[in-house]
Amino acid sequence: MSRIKDTFSNNTDRKILNVYCTAGYPQLNSTLEVMEALQKDGADIIELGIPYSDPLADGEVIQNSGAIALENGMTIEVLFQQLENFRDKIHIPVILMGYLNPVLQYGFEEFCKKASELGIDGLILPDLPEYEFEANYRQIVKKYQLDFIFLVTPETSIARIRQLDELSTGFLYAVSSSSTTGSDKNFTDVEKYLGKLETLGLKNPIMVGFGIKDKATFESATKHAAGAIIGTAYIKALTASDDIEEGTHAFLETIK
Amino acid sequence: MKEIEVDQNGYYGEFGGAFVPEMLYPNVEELKENYLKIISDEGFKKEFDNLLKDYVGRPTPLYHAKRLSEQIGANIFLKREDLNHTGAHKINNAIGQALLAERLGKKKIVAETGAGQHGVATATVCALRNLECIVFMGALDIQRQAPNVARMKMLGATVVAAESGNKTLKDATNEAIRYWINHAHDTHYIIGSAVGPHPYPDMVARFQSVISEEVRWQLKEKTGKETPDYAVACVGGGSNAAGTFYHFLNEENVHLVAVEAAGYGVDSGESAATTQLGTVGVLHGSKSLVMQTKDGQIIEPYSLSAGLDYPGIGPLQAHLFKSGRGTFLNATDDEALAAAFNLTKIEGIIPALESSHALAGLKKLKLKPSDNVVVCLSGRGDKDMDNYLKVFDKFN
Repeated sequence: MSRIKDTFSNNTDRKILNVYCTAGYPQLNSTLEVMEALQKDGADIIELGIPYSDPLADGEVIQNSGAIALENGMTIEVLFQQLENFRDKIHIPVILMGYLNPVLQYGFEEFCKKASELGIDGLILPDLPEYEFEANYRQIVKKYQLDFIFLVTPETSIARIRQLDELSTGFLYAVSSSSTTGSDKNFTDVEKYLGKLETLGLKNPIMVGFGIKDKATFESATKHAAGAIIGTAYIKALTASDDIEEGTHAFLETIK
Repeated sequence: MKEIEVDQNGYYGEFGGAFVPEMLYPNVEELKENYLKIISDEGFKKEFDNLLKDYVGRPTPLYHAKRLSEQIGANIFLKREDLNHTGAHKINNAIGQALLAERLGKKKIVAETGAGQHGVATATVCALRNLECIVFMGALDIQRQAPNVARMKMLGATVVAAESGNKTLKDATNEAIRYWINHAHDTHYIIGSAVGPHPYPDMVARFQSVISEEVRWQLKEKTGKETPDYAVACVGGGSNAAGTFYHFLNEENVHLVAVEAAGYGVDSGESAATTQLGTVGVLHGSKSLVMQTKDGQIIEPYSLSAGLDYPGIGPLQAHLFKSGRGTFLNATDDEALAAAFNLTKIEGIIPALESSHALAGLKKLKLKPSDNVVVCLSGRGDKDMDNYLKVFDKFN
């Protein structure tokens, strides 16, 4: 059973918190320190972002953290070196999130092989569409036993939600509304949408992302979902604090 | 010769596709499902053709440039897209897409622009059709192309400065796509070039194909032959090239010549010659040739011409390059400027800096005196006067 699946099945009585951080931010070598702080302060899953020069689905905050990480010298090669022995310290699931182009340049199969060897659990590549995935990449992801997580939005048709659920393993990423990361939301609408998703009897647990920034939005988002993903608000907290451990602790205390 | 056409997933050979996040999937899918139906509808065609004729001023002349012909040593015909309303070929596509957006029930238009020609064209058609218009433009390009910024504002568009990256066309495109993601429901994105997710490259090429369609009958009138020996166009993303080549793609006897911007020189580190410097990658929703680092980060391109400094080319152009069907040349800033001053002096036509790259390419072809060469003069140089005046003494 995958580490991600375990996390959901071992914690059926509480909501799962997945926190996004950008590899190489705030400093090139802070990646592991950030991950350790997140684990220590109660994150259940870490979504580790691979910085990209043209991150279309991201808002300004995550985009800027990526630009700084790139200036710091972060690359997939460097990230994989940093992750060489991360499983000695990190036991919670870690998902790599990135855009397709850097992964293609690294070599898709080589990327999956290396990620799997290091102990990475899953991948999110928001600009890899499902038909390309099915035609060219699904078998590779499967071969290296990585989970692959698709996004759905309130605009995604029910037939397509079922199709993306079928192709996803680990969980299904429900974007709270059609937007880039970090946009403000009306959570009454989000609850309605998630309530609808809940009735579909999907095979994967639902994790809600985009616009979750505090205890209130976390609780609202997880009324009808297994858990939620926080990105922008955490990057803001990291940026505002001089100390990674303190900043992470102070931020996660406000959520849990 | 294998026929060149796009397949149902938007691929020209290995290039194309629709690599968009799920947030844009419904919009792109809606377009894909409807664009061919809408644009082949008789009512649509009639409205489009009438606007091109009475509003844009088509057909644009195919002008036999006698003195330039003597200089080059071949029959040079200039397809005068610079004489279109708003001063460039961009209006053909902007009108087509605005009419399409109306039929899809969209009230708001977002666009990106480099030189400002596409932005002005889009703002114009939005004024004409009473559509709300938001144009993203790199902060640096806003400085370089002040007259076009003023025109867009006067036409009622909101011009938003893209402050990320190099603050040029690539960044304006990112910001426009982000805006679209956040307003997908009521907004249509009018991409100005033959780039982006399928069906954009094919759709833009079809709207611009009026250029090559007119060239065929105009050339027949002037020379007795429907096809030129060479069709020459500048390439940034590739919309005027797509239009210039469209009806000749499967005519083996027509040399398709694309001229890229080499900036200070292909190997200078300050260039936008994608076919020379690029590798296969995914940018702005399609797989094409892209200027990038070995780590897959997009490299900021450079050209004096704001319309050509884009780090990729459209998938059709990438396919023409890879398959050998097209010849890809490049011209430096200085070569383009020299060609611009030359055309001005001997033909009395001030070309856009973009089009000057196509003109500069002429010298690099081995032409025979009997060859008929059509050059797409994609736009006029009014917007580039600041740049031209800065170097006036050097080239005169």
